[in-house]
Amino acid sequence: MSGDHHDSHQAGTESYAALRTKALEALLVEKGLITTDVIDTVVRAYEQDIGPLNGARVVGRAWVDPTYKKRLLADGTSAIAELGFGGRQGTDMVVLENTPTVHNVVVCTLCSCYPWPVLGLPPSWYKSYAYRARVVREPRVVLREFGLELPESVEIRVWDSNSDMRYMVLPERPAGTEHMSEADLVSLVTRDAMIGVAKVQVPAIVGRG
Amino acid sequence: MRAASDPRIANMDEQVALPRQNGELVFAAPWEARAFGLAVALNEAGVYPWRDFSQGLAAETAAGEQHGAPASYYERWLETLEKLAIAKGLVTPAELDARTAEYACGAHDAHEE
Repeated sequence: MSGDHHDSHQAGTESYAALRTKALEALLVEKGLITTDVIDTVVRAYEQDIGPLNGARVVGRAWVDPTYKKRLLADGTSAIAELGFGGRQGTDMVVLENTPTVHNVVVCTLCSCYPWPVLGLPPSWYKSYAYRARVVREPRVVLREFGLELPESVEIRVWDSNSDMRYMVLPERPAGTEHMSEADLVSLVTRDAMIGVAKVQVPAIVGRG
Repeated sequence: MRAASDPRIANMDEQVALPRQNGELVFAAPWEARAFGLAVALNEAGVYPWRDFSQGLAAETAAGEQHGAPASYYERWLETLEKLAIAKGLVTPAELDARTAEYACGAHDAHEE
């Protein structure tokens, strides 16, 4: 962590780095090498694209479109590509549907294979030895530590990713979301739910003005 | 239009990987996002291949560790960006210093054309 370091160049309200960045941007814009709009677009794209939002879009579509869901479960790679998301060639995406009786959870026991085109980069716990080893041996206990208590009647399936095959969980659509639009549904879907260590929750206060 | 992110940028090696929280990018201050956008936009404009940037960032990181000067991730990022911009002849160190100094004493309005 180097969070304390920022103060060292602090001059008045703006840091040296902030002034320097502003100067560089202004010069490049004045010279016609770049526009502020392009920079805005880039930042927005990366803030949105490389988080788990792509995966959430896939889930949202599957929840509202049964034929898409069917295609998604049959051939994850192609159905995800339909929405414009894809990764390296040769990596297949398999989408696993959670139901009231089956709960899927994803791991990579060997390293940290992860469906990054849809989920961004893996969280640090996903790469930890503890998670990789324990979720296979005692998934119910591990899920409980994540705050997910599953009834004994629910079968837990653990899927081990590898360089050819990446898994993503299609979480259950929560009850009480029947009135919600696809865009609103997308905003409910979390990364953890698509790894399978959480369920999708409906916010306690559904204020729709 | 939906700009796509480049996996070579989104998934750099751990040593120089973009700071994230819950999978999403984190910027501690607005200038960090600007510096990020500048570097990526110049790459997309064909000014340099991304490899040049990531290697520069790795070198900056290694140098920082050697000198025990723990600059933040985006301070190193900015340093890399400046060096590349200068090496490619986009700006000169003198004009960059001068403009920074102007902003520091509020002499130059950042928004004027």
